[in-house]
Amino acid sequence: MCLAVPGCVVSIAGQGDSRRAVVRFGGIERSVSLAFVPEAVVGEYVLVHVGFALSRIDEKDALLVFEYLREIDALSQELS
Amino acid sequence: MKYLDEYRDGTIAKAFARQIERIVTRPWTLMEVCGGQTHAIVRFGIDELLPRQVSLVHGPGCPVCVTPVELIDEALALAARPDVILCSFGDMLRVPGSATDLFAVKAEGGDVRVLYSPTDALEVARAHPEKEVVFFAVGFETTAPTTAMAVRRARDEGVTNFSLLMAHVLVPPAMRAVLAAPGNTVQGFLAAGHVCTVMGYDEYVPLARQYRVPIVVTGFEPVDILQGVYMCVKQLEEGRAEVTNQYVRSVRRAGNAEAQRLMSEVFRVVPRRWRGLGEIAESGLGLAEGYASFDAERRFGLHAPATHETAGCRAGEVLTGRLRPAGCPSFGARCTPEHPLGAPMVSSEGACAAYYRYRRGAALQEV
Repeated sequence: MCLAVPGCVVSIAGQGDSRRAVVRFGGIERSVSLAFVPEAVVGEYVLVHVGFALSRIDEKDALLVFEYLREIDALSQELS
Repeated sequence: MKYLDEYRDGTIAKAFARQIERIVTRPWTLMEVCGGQTHAIVRFGIDELLPRQVSLVHGPGCPVCVTPVELIDEALALAARPDVILCSFGDMLRVPGSATDLFAVKAEGGDVRVLYSPTDALEVARAHPEKEVVFFAVGFETTAPTTAMAVRRARDEGVTNFSLLMAHVLVPPAMRAVLAAPGNTVQGFLAAGHVCTVMGYDEYVPLARQYRVPIVVTGFEPVDILQGVYMCVKQLEEGRAEVTNQYVRSVRRAGNAEAQRLMSEVFRVVPRRWRGLGEIAESGLGLAEGYASFDAERRFGLHAPATHETAGCRAGEVLTGRLRPAGCPSFGARCTPEHPLGAPMVSSEGACAAYYRYRRGAALQEV
């Protein structure tokens, strides 16, 4: 039930609690409320749960997991 | 899809598993809190990639599973009324109450509707002013702000034929209950990434300190989960017990301020009974005084009827990580997704459903 899916903001309309976006998930587009992420902009990815965007996905932070692996990998090779 | 596929890369997942193997020196038991994580672990075989010293036990993070039987009985009573349309997430329909389930009430003519979002229930209420529309509000902190939005809109727009059967629960009190239980074996947590997307993770710091357990906020894809396990095992091996964040692409330390502001306006924290775990103080959300007129229990004068749990269901032990689904004598025999004895076999986040779906053959051999 806590399932949330990342999608790309295609367009935005409305203000305040009524602010909504068309968000593309793979080939599907859905209307999503931006009430909780009013600062979202077209072209960025948001995480969507039951029709509401809950966060903006930070593009740089999204790569940290791979950098982390490279770092621990390099460290383990140094140690061995 | 971007932000999904790259976190399912088998080569990267295996590289993390090798790094875990490199640092582990003794047995550790970790609990993944969220049922979504449980399903990913079982579906992708993440537990089978881990060194034998690292055990994952499955947590109580399935809101449908922990909804107490008296609330399900109340929903059943409401759904049977001719003047009510009961709206619910689909997962709830097959969950057994004391005598029947919502699916059966619907088959007998009850107006039960499956919705994608709480705000859809408001649309139903607008379209049917002659009926009372009740939303069965189930979920953790991830879903709670969306329920709050439905209630505030109902108030702002003067929709009076709309109310909520409040079953919302909070994650940190359940983690505390797991840690405080006699015989607890959990030494570290993978915390639920989407709950923390809303709430942030400062509220876990006292738990980590008091019980000396590392808590790693973790995402839902295989690479996320393996990195979460690595970060947790590393802390355990180094004797640390800190709250850290693996799921940085979505979770900020303070969470989502807009969502929290709305939740604190619309809800208040209440005690709640959890199916299988018993009553936990300050573990549920009820409606705040200003929104009390939207409370279905108050509107319909509902009170918890005498309930009974299904014999042969050991959901309480499964939900607290003390019993694996395949260890239950009813699993796959008396209890299947078509004929469930308990909610963990029904919900898309239930541990029993995950094992039934992905591990049935292996699980039955284990027994």
